[in-house]
Amino acid sequence: MNTVYTNIGHTSTGHTGTGAVNNAPVLRVENLSLGYTRHHTDGRTSKVAVLRDVSLQIHKGEVIGLVGESGCGKSTLALALLGFLRGGGEVLGGKVRYGKTSLFDLPDADLAALRGGDIALIPQNAGQSLTPTMKLGAQLAEALKLHSDLPQGQYRARAIELLTLVRLPSPEQLLERYPHQLSGGQQQRVAIAMALAGEPDVLLLDEPTTGLDVTTQAHILELLRELRQRLGTTMVFVSHDLGVIARISDRIAVMYAGELIELGSCAEILRSPAHPYTRGLLAAIPRLASGMLPAALPGYPPAVGARHQGCAFAARCSHVSPDCQERTPDQTALGTRQVRCNLPAPQLRQPLQLEGVPVPEVTVGEPLLSLDQVAVSYQQQSLWQKLRGQPESTATVDGIELSLKRGETLALVGESGSGKSTIMRSICGINPPRRGHIQLDDQPLNLPVEKRDAVLKRRVQMIFQNPDASLNPRHTIAEILAQPLKLYFGLTGAACRAKAAELLAQVRLGEHYLDRLPAQLSGGEKQRVAIARTFAGEPDLILCDEVTSALDVSVQAAVLQLLKQLQAERGVAYLFIAHDLAVVQAIADRVAVLYQGRLCEEGETRDLFAAPWHPYTETLLDAVLQPDPDHNPKLHSDDAAESQPPAQGCPFQNRCPRKLGSQCDNELPDWQQIRGKRLRCHIPARQLIGLQRV
Amino acid sequence: MTDSAAIENTALAASQSQSTQGRTPQKRSVQVWRSMRRSPAAMIALSILALHLIIALLAPWISPWDWTLQNGYNMLQPPSAAHWFGTDNMGRDVFSRTLMGGREALKVTLLGTLLAMLWGSLTGITLGLLGGRIDEWVMRAVDALLAIPWLLFLLLIISTIGQSGLTLVLTLGFFYGIAVIRVARGATLDFVARDFVMAARVRGESNWTIVRQELLPNVLDSLLVEGAMRWAWMLLAFSSLSFLGFGVVPPTPDWGLMIADTRGIMSIAPWATLFPALALSSLIISINLSADAFGKAMGLDRAKAPV
Repeated sequence: MNTVYTNIGHTSTGHTGTGAVNNAPVLRVENLSLGYTRHHTDGRTSKVAVLRDVSLQIHKGEVIGLVGESGCGKSTLALALLGFLRGGGEVLGGKVRYGKTSLFDLPDADLAALRGGDIALIPQNAGQSLTPTMKLGAQLAEALKLHSDLPQGQYRARAIELLTLVRLPSPEQLLERYPHQLSGGQQQRVAIAMALAGEPDVLLLDEPTTGLDVTTQAHILELLRELRQRLGTTMVFVSHDLGVIARISDRIAVMYAGELIELGSCAEILRSPAHPYTRGLLAAIPRLASGMLPAALPGYPPAVGARHQGCAFAARCSHVSPDCQERTPDQTALGTRQVRCNLPAPQLRQPLQLEGVPVPEVTVGEPLLSLDQVAVSYQQQSLWQKLRGQPESTATVDGIELSLKRGETLALVGESGSGKSTIMRSICGINPPRRGHIQLDDQPLNLPVEKRDAVLKRRVQMIFQNPDASLNPRHTIAEILAQPLKLYFGLTGAACRAKAAELLAQVRLGEHYLDRLPAQLSGGEKQRVAIARTFAGEPDLILCDEVTSALDVSVQAAVLQLLKQLQAERGVAYLFIAHDLAVVQAIADRVAVLYQGRLCEEGETRDLFAAPWHPYTETLLDAVLQPDPDHNPKLHSDDAAESQPPAQGCPFQNRCPRKLGSQCDNELPDWQQIRGKRLRCHIPARQLIGLQRV
Repeated sequence: MTDSAAIENTALAASQSQSTQGRTPQKRSVQVWRSMRRSPAAMIALSILALHLIIALLAPWISPWDWTLQNGYNMLQPPSAAHWFGTDNMGRDVFSRTLMGGREALKVTLLGTLLAMLWGSLTGITLGLLGGRIDEWVMRAVDALLAIPWLLFLLLIISTIGQSGLTLVLTLGFFYGIAVIRVARGATLDFVARDFVMAARVRGESNWTIVRQELLPNVLDSLLVEGAMRWAWMLLAFSSLSFLGFGVVPPTPDWGLMIADTRGIMSIAPWATLFPALALSSLIISINLSADAFGKAMGLDRAKAPV
């Protein structure tokens, strides 16, 4: 069933600033400081502040976005709005008022009634916040029992009403389902419905779309916009993604190191940010339209609760003056907004200049990697099934034809479950292909990694998504880097250590890191170590699996620059996976779009992003959010995720907005070559180009 | 070329941020020790354990009497200034025998625990890493072995092979290793799915290297605690065997044997049974408490630990 939104495109609400909303503040945060007591080894105790002197008024009916890097206190502030402190936390000063009541002074019973009833929270991971052993109907009834005055007999009707409100198809049947039977997007919708059960005044959303696919995210945001319009709910939206915030917020509050450093209307903050941190953050976000790498914001945010004198941002600020090291800036008004910075007003008013870093020139060489009709599947046919002549199950990934040249970057793009990682796993030999050929130069890569010879192993390396997981927590950096050096080159002792230091220098880390453990490094530094480890084998091909998605934006920009620069120096080829299309645009030379393990379209990044012809590419790109208040995503089809690729026909047949008919169900479309791109669709390419212009 | 120089500068600045500089945190062993020192129970338990070990080492030199010397004129004497723990039915000094009685038990069980931990943990970690059919089959075999009443099984083996220190070490080590397999495998499964193991596999490291370098350091915490627990259990098992006459050969003093020999005269001379029993239980309790405190200090959640 296709969900049709009535308000697709841009509507009159939103981004109107504070003027349009009712002026009575619902929630008032007054000079709030939160923290905990730190016990020192010598028995002393001291107070550590996690939130410092935060003041914020949230008006009725507005959506306020809280942004900042991880560890800056966004979630702590959002939870404080519920009167909730994390374990061991305490109020060091200030108040949170809901209407006239001060939340932290309320007795527990009143607070419990208020939570869910007046102020409701929608958590990040809906799949984990729903009870796995209870049917959705029972969970919704529980929420209604707690937070509404309805008689028990009306729970079911109201539950159906709520599920319809969040635009879930066939709500009656859903009541009988368990959470795991729903897709991530549907689970998030149920979580929203549960939060709405008590008809709350204020909805707190803690990264509600993080971890969802681009298209699903766009759909959920559209739903939230619609609900806000219809119900007039006040929302506090926490996200690290400025694109999401831009889409939904009226006002934006920028957090840094537990302080609110800038507060203003959405358009103001995104178009003309005042605080150097906000400027740096906006400049570090890769953008689809730019042909350059984003500029990195140097340094890392301070550790949670780290104490400092003067301005928290002074260590990373491009406009730092000696004064900033000593004087803590106050929250001062600048026009209609609040800024916490020592700089004089004219300097804060200077327009934002997005200066990207030009992509280093890389010479593309002869072909390196080629995939020919590769099919991979996780289920193996047992001997018994073979004997009985059962047909093989549909492969997870099928018909992949790709090639990659030396010094080139090819990005694989698609939603989760599109087979991107599966292709990588088969290239690196963890899950060899069922059919087809993978070749590196003229050497076959079809064998599992254990059966490859040492040189071949060395030539293909992989960088993982999360450096916390990919570095052994019990090894020092020197030991981590020594592993490939020992394995591939037999280096030991002083020679190995010297080489490890050399590798660290290549990723711009000092030698003193060698004796540290991963836990003593920040996220960006850990990823640099992981990159150094992959380069230790002097590889020809590096598989990059979402290498920047676990990092903060400011750090991500620096890592992207590093990768590109290493490529220029070493001439390696990257096979790159990223769900963030702007990152792909910044780093990739060519893009291959995958849906359900099948290729849809492939071409030069610039051409493909400028004119996505395949209906799926079009759907994907139109759903991308940008940190621009005027950008509107377009939603084509519904966001129902599919778990299995169709056995025959075009893989995109079920969600295609331009589906022709039975032809799409039954026949796999042939490749069409046009203007340097190739795509797989039954609609003739020239016609698709025409459709795009409408 | 100026562009790339600019990149380099920003990146270098990035690496020199203040966030991770400053003092290096203490070594983990120091942290664990600090944490243990805060718990009085742990410190008492560790002191008792240390005392037992020192006594076992020095017993031949600190025993006031010859522990095998029989004195027909001095049987079943209650504790006195000359015989602190009294004498037994053969007139032997119970104090000297109690001091000596832990030596054989400690020697055999320490070696046995070492053997059990070595083969059990390596097998367990390897199974956890390999997974699949081998893992399934071996684990079913382990389940089956664990279902056999262990004491009867041990008696059977010892009575067939013969009673010697080496046999005891081997049989106890083998048998207790089976239980260690489960624990090691369970702890490994937490780490096998992590990317650093995947990274090692992609790099082309051998399974043996992955077990030794990637997995072992991570499951070592659980294994150390498990080893201490196994040791306590093995002491109990060894003493039970001695009690039944399958452990230490008389006249070597041993707590289990002493309890067995004197249990008939417990109503006349309770001291002869009481002191070896006290020595044995204080040792086992101190090991258990130390292991618990050790686990807690290392941040292991015993409630979550696999059984």
